[in-house]
Amino acid sequence: MKKLVVALLFSCLPAFASAAGGHDVELEKAPVNLQDKVSLQNGAKLFVNYCMGCHSLEYLRYGRMADDLGMPDALTLKYLNFTTDKIGDQMKNGMSAEDGKAWFGNPPPDLSLAARHRSSDWIYSYLIGFYEDDARPYGYNNHVFPSVGMPHVMAGMQQDLSEEEFESNMGDITNFLTYAAEPIAPTRERIGVYVLVFLAILLIPAYLLKKEYWKDVH
Amino acid sequence: MRLVNGLIDWVDARLPVVNTYKKHMSEYYAPKNFNFWYYFGVLSMVVLINQLLTGIWLTMFYSPSDGFGSVEYIMRDVQWGWLIRYMHAVGASAFFAVVYLHMFRGLLYGSYKPPRELVWIFGMLIYVALMAEGFLGYVLPWGNMSYWGAQVIISLAGAIPFDMLPFIDAKDAKEIGEALTTWVRGDYLLSTATVNKFFALHVVAIPLVLVALVFLHILALHEVGSNNPDGVEIKQNKDENGIPRDGIPFHPYYTVKDLPGVIVFLMIFAVVIFFFPTGGGYLIEKPNFVAANPLKTPDHIAPVWYYGPYYAMLRATTIEWFSMSAKSWGLIAMGGGIVVLFLLPWLDRHPVKSIRYKGWLSKTLLLIFALDFLMLGFLGTQPASGLYKTLAQIGTVYYFLFFFIGLPLAHRFEKSKPVPERVTGGH
Repeated sequence: MKKLVVALLFSCLPAFASAAGGHDVELEKAPVNLQDKVSLQNGAKLFVNYCMGCHSLEYLRYGRMADDLGMPDALTLKYLNFTTDKIGDQMKNGMSAEDGKAWFGNPPPDLSLAARHRSSDWIYSYLIGFYEDDARPYGYNNHVFPSVGMPHVMAGMQQDLSEEEFESNMGDITNFLTYAAEPIAPTRERIGVYVLVFLAILLIPAYLLKKEYWKDVH
Repeated sequence: MRLVNGLIDWVDARLPVVNTYKKHMSEYYAPKNFNFWYYFGVLSMVVLINQLLTGIWLTMFYSPSDGFGSVEYIMRDVQWGWLIRYMHAVGASAFFAVVYLHMFRGLLYGSYKPPRELVWIFGMLIYVALMAEGFLGYVLPWGNMSYWGAQVIISLAGAIPFDMLPFIDAKDAKEIGEALTTWVRGDYLLSTATVNKFFALHVVAIPLVLVALVFLHILALHEVGSNNPDGVEIKQNKDENGIPRDGIPFHPYYTVKDLPGVIVFLMIFAVVIFFFPTGGGYLIEKPNFVAANPLKTPDHIAPVWYYGPYYAMLRATTIEWFSMSAKSWGLIAMGGGIVVLFLLPWLDRHPVKSIRYKGWLSKTLLLIFALDFLMLGFLGTQPASGLYKTLAQIGTVYYFLFFFIGLPLAHRFEKSKPVPERVTGGH
C-alpha cells in the first residue's frame, strides 16, 4: 500500500516540473525585491515619466501606490501625476486606443497585470533587450519581442548612463510592475505565516483530543 | 438546562431532530479501521462549504458585465477580497484533488460494490455536476483563457454526431450543431450574454443540484453503512444490542479523528493560497491575466489540470471512422470515459472487494490505471503532438481496457487471499 502511495506521488513530479515551460528566448533573471522601497519608488518615478504616456495602470490607484510605497499623498500627486486625477483615481492616461493603434500598429496595452501575464523576467529582459535595427520604423528592434511596435523610449537614458546604471533602472521598473500586478503579495505572504502557525498550534490539542477518545477503541 | 431540554423536547415532538442526530452521528456505526484514504470524504465536505461561503461573498462584488475588471476590483479594492478570491479559485482545484482521491479510495476497496451501488452513482453525479460547475466558474473571470477555453468546450456541442441517427443527413446535422452552440452561448458569439447565463448557472442552478446530490450521497451511505479497507461487512457481526462489533459511533470517534485531518488539509490549502496562489500557472493560468480577446488566441489552449485526463481522450482520436469525424470520436471517448465510471459497480466482477485480498493481477492493473490516469492528466495540459499524442492514444485505450476487460475478468486469472471475518488492525 505504501509503495502505491509513493509511486503515485512520484508520478506527479513531471507534471509539476514542466509547469515552468514557455518561450524560446532565454530570459534574464529580474532583480525583484518587493521589500526594497527605494527601488519601487524609483521604478514608479521612471514608469510615470517614461512609460505612462502610452501605458496605463488602470487597476492601480495613486493612493494605493502612495500608501504601499511609503510616499505622502501630496508628493505623489505633485511629482508622479501629470494629469488632473485625484489621489483615489486609477492610474490611466490620455491616449485613446484608436490613436495608439494608428501610431504603433497596436494600442499600447495596460500594464497592471503584465508581470503576472508575462513574467517579471520577461519584462526585465524586454526592457534591456532593445538593439539598433534600421529595418524598423523607429530604428530599434527587441530580442525578446521581435518586431515590436514600441519605440525604444529609453534610448536616451541608455546612452547617458553606464550599462550597470541602466540595467539597475530597468530592474526598478520591473520591480515596480511586479508590485503593481499584485499589490497585496507581501501582505499575503506575511499573513500566510501567521495562519500556518495558528493551524500548527491548533493541531496539537486536536491531535491530543483524538488520542484521548481513541484510547478505548481496540 | 431544564429550559433547553424543554425546548429540545418541544421541537422533537414536531421534528425528528434527536432521531436524526442519532441515526447520522452518535449511533451511526462506522468501521473502526478507517485509514488515510478515509479522510477525503470529510475533506470534500470542507471544500464544498468553503466554495459555497466564499462564492456567496464573491457574488456580492462580481459583475458579469465586467467579469475581468470586477475580479481585479475584488483582488485590489475589496477588503480581504483577494483572500476570498484565492480561497475560491484554489478551492476549485482542491475540490477536484480531494474528490479524485476519494474516488480512488472507492476503487481501492471496492466501495461501489453491492450494496453501495447507489452511493457510487450519486457520487458520480456529484462529480459530473462538479465538472460542469468548474467549467462555468472558469469562464466567469473572463480572462483570455476563460474565453478560448469556453470557445473550445462550447464548440463540442457542434461535434455531437447527430447524423448517426437514421433520419438526419450530414447537412442537417451540421445545422443542428450550429443551432445548439448558438443556444448554449445565448448569442452568435461568446459574449456578455454567455457570461450572464453561466453566472446564473454557476451560482444558483448547479450549486443547488450539488448540495441535493451530496445530501443523497450521504443518505444512501448511512442506509447501507460505510465500507472499510478490509471490505468486510461489519453489519454481519453484531453484538447482543444489535451494534456491529467492529463499529464505533461516528460521533465522537470519527469527528475527533477527522478534526486533525482537516487541520492538516487546511495547512496544505493555506500554503497554496498564501504562497503559491497561481500554482505556477496550473491553478490560475498566465493567459487569464489578460482580458478576453477574440482576436488573440493563446499560444496553447490548455484546460485546467483537473480536466486533463478527459481532454487528453478528446484529442487522442485522429481518424475518421464509420463516417464519423475524429472530433466526434474524441467526444465519444471523452463522454464514454465518464459514462463507464457509472457502470463500475456492474463491470467489476471480482468476488473480493478490497485490493488487500485481491491477487497480483488486480493490483498491477489498478496501479497501472492510476499511473495511466495521471499520465493522461499531464498530457491533457500539454500540446498534443508527436510522442505526447501517441501516449494519449495508448493511455485512452488502456483506460477502457481496464474497465471492460480488466475489471470483469481479472479474478479468473489470479488467486485471491482469504478475506477475514472481522476487520483487521483496529486503528
